[in-house]
Amino acid sequence: MIAYRQPLPLGRSLLLGAAGTLAFLGLWAGLARSGLVLHMFLPGPLEVAERFAVLVTTPFAGGTLLAHLASSVLRFLGGFLLAAFVGIPLGLMMGWSRLLDDIVTPIFDALRFIAPIAWVPFAALWFGTGIGGPLLIIFAGAFPPCLINAYRGARYVDRRLIEAAAMLGTPGHRVITEVMLPAALPSIVAGLRISAGLGWQSLVGAELIVASTGVGYMMVQAQGAVSTTTVMVGMAAIGLIGVAIDLGLRLVEARIRAHLGQA
Amino acid sequence: MRLSRRTYVGATTLLVLALLWYLATSGLGLVSAGRFPAPGDVEAAAVQAFGRGYPDATLVTHILHSLKLVAIGFAVSVALGVPLGLLMGWNRVAEALINPVFLVLRPIPPLAWIPLAILWLGLGDEAKVMVIFLAAFPPAVISTHAGVRAVPPPVVEAAQMLGTPRLRFVLEVLAPAAAPMIFTGLRLSLQASWTTLVAAELVGSLAGLGYVLNVAQQDLYPGMILVGMAAVGVLGAGSTALLGLAERRAVVWAQGATE
Repeated sequence: MIAYRQPLPLGRSLLLGAAGTLAFLGLWAGLARSGLVLHMFLPGPLEVAERFAVLVTTPFAGGTLLAHLASSVLRFLGGFLLAAFVGIPLGLMMGWSRLLDDIVTPIFDALRFIAPIAWVPFAALWFGTGIGGPLLIIFAGAFPPCLINAYRGARYVDRRLIEAAAMLGTPGHRVITEVMLPAALPSIVAGLRISAGLGWQSLVGAELIVASTGVGYMMVQAQGAVSTTTVMVGMAAIGLIGVAIDLGLRLVEARIRAHLGQA
Repeated sequence: MRLSRRTYVGATTLLVLALLWYLATSGLGLVSAGRFPAPGDVEAAAVQAFGRGYPDATLVTHILHSLKLVAIGFAVSVALGVPLGLLMGWNRVAEALINPVFLVLRPIPPLAWIPLAILWLGLGDEAKVMVIFLAAFPPAVISTHAGVRAVPPPVVEAAQMLGTPRLRFVLEVLAPAAAPMIFTGLRLSLQASWTTLVAAELVGSLAGLGYVLNVAQQDLYPGMILVGMAAVGVLGAGSTALLGLAERRAVVWAQGATE
């Protein structure tokens, strides 16, 4: 008989977690050393860590790791903020105005299934490979969750609040900023987290294809030079920044929830 | 049948957009043909893509190629991911052992595996299947896991009290109860499969929709870019609809199994 729902004691769960992580790293290191796989294609975890430290100070593909990361993060912020500044107000207004909802929804639905990365050719054609091209792709990835969550948040606002505000003669734009926005805030912030994840992933894709700086570009150059260690350093850096972005937004989310008394 | 206001407004919007598109390109020439194609250019590109082929095979061939890779990557992800998720949801030791691996690897976006996949497997189909698998596998595992954990304890206890054998317990109690969550995960997996495939094909390939987009971009052929994007959208929508159909069937089956 299995004891189904009682959680494992914390100590044992941590122990098993550490064992799992160590087993993963050990398997990786063992496989790298065994000679079963060409070392060139599977360097061990320690080598990747060393290479990471080296790349922080030594330039590769036109810049140090930090310089590449800085340009990636700047692009990401540009596309993400643009998506938030367009998507959230538009979503709120769609939640408020039936007409706008009916106008935007068919356009949105028609574009929804096109993978953000499929905008790459137009992005390159219109804006080139500097900031603009990748920015459009990040925007394409980050925009839908911003819009959808603001819209859902606004739709689920208690109708009585809106009616009360309207009855008191509150003008439309103030209904949106002072009634709907606060009520929809938790849903919006949840949308921002999804959107940051998708935007960051789109950025990586964009930089692999259309960019001349950034961590994705560094990885493509490393792939061309058959430097597996550098490729893996890029992957680790991308993962770390992704986690940092998500943690930042989680903090914001927790603050807002606490502020609204929903902690 | 009376059409709703929503349908009217929606249809009008799309018509107005089509008209604006025509006016801005061929009508008034506000947008140059090198930047965005006119309706005529798209038609010509579509005729070429389906007829003579572009760049060297017809669009149908490219679509089938992409579809095959997505189907393989997605099928393998589901076949391995759902059982693993069930196991993790039901066996706490497996959960505690496997979770950390996901925690370590999950922050790495699937697209970031593309250069490594190319280094390991080259520019052929194997590398694409590998990255599709890496993109589609985690959502399948994670949603199944979460679905099993959300099964109400009384259901589990009742089955245990009746002494249901383990295999039957998993297949006839856990899986059906977790079915809605599992399908949510599969939808995410499918979406991720398409995104990853297009990205991998754009980075380097010799066939498929990403290849069409890539060559069209290098040839400065906006009409063909739009045809390629439309094909990506239609396939994404079509396969999602197919999955929805499968979901309705499975839910009916699951209800039968739990009753």
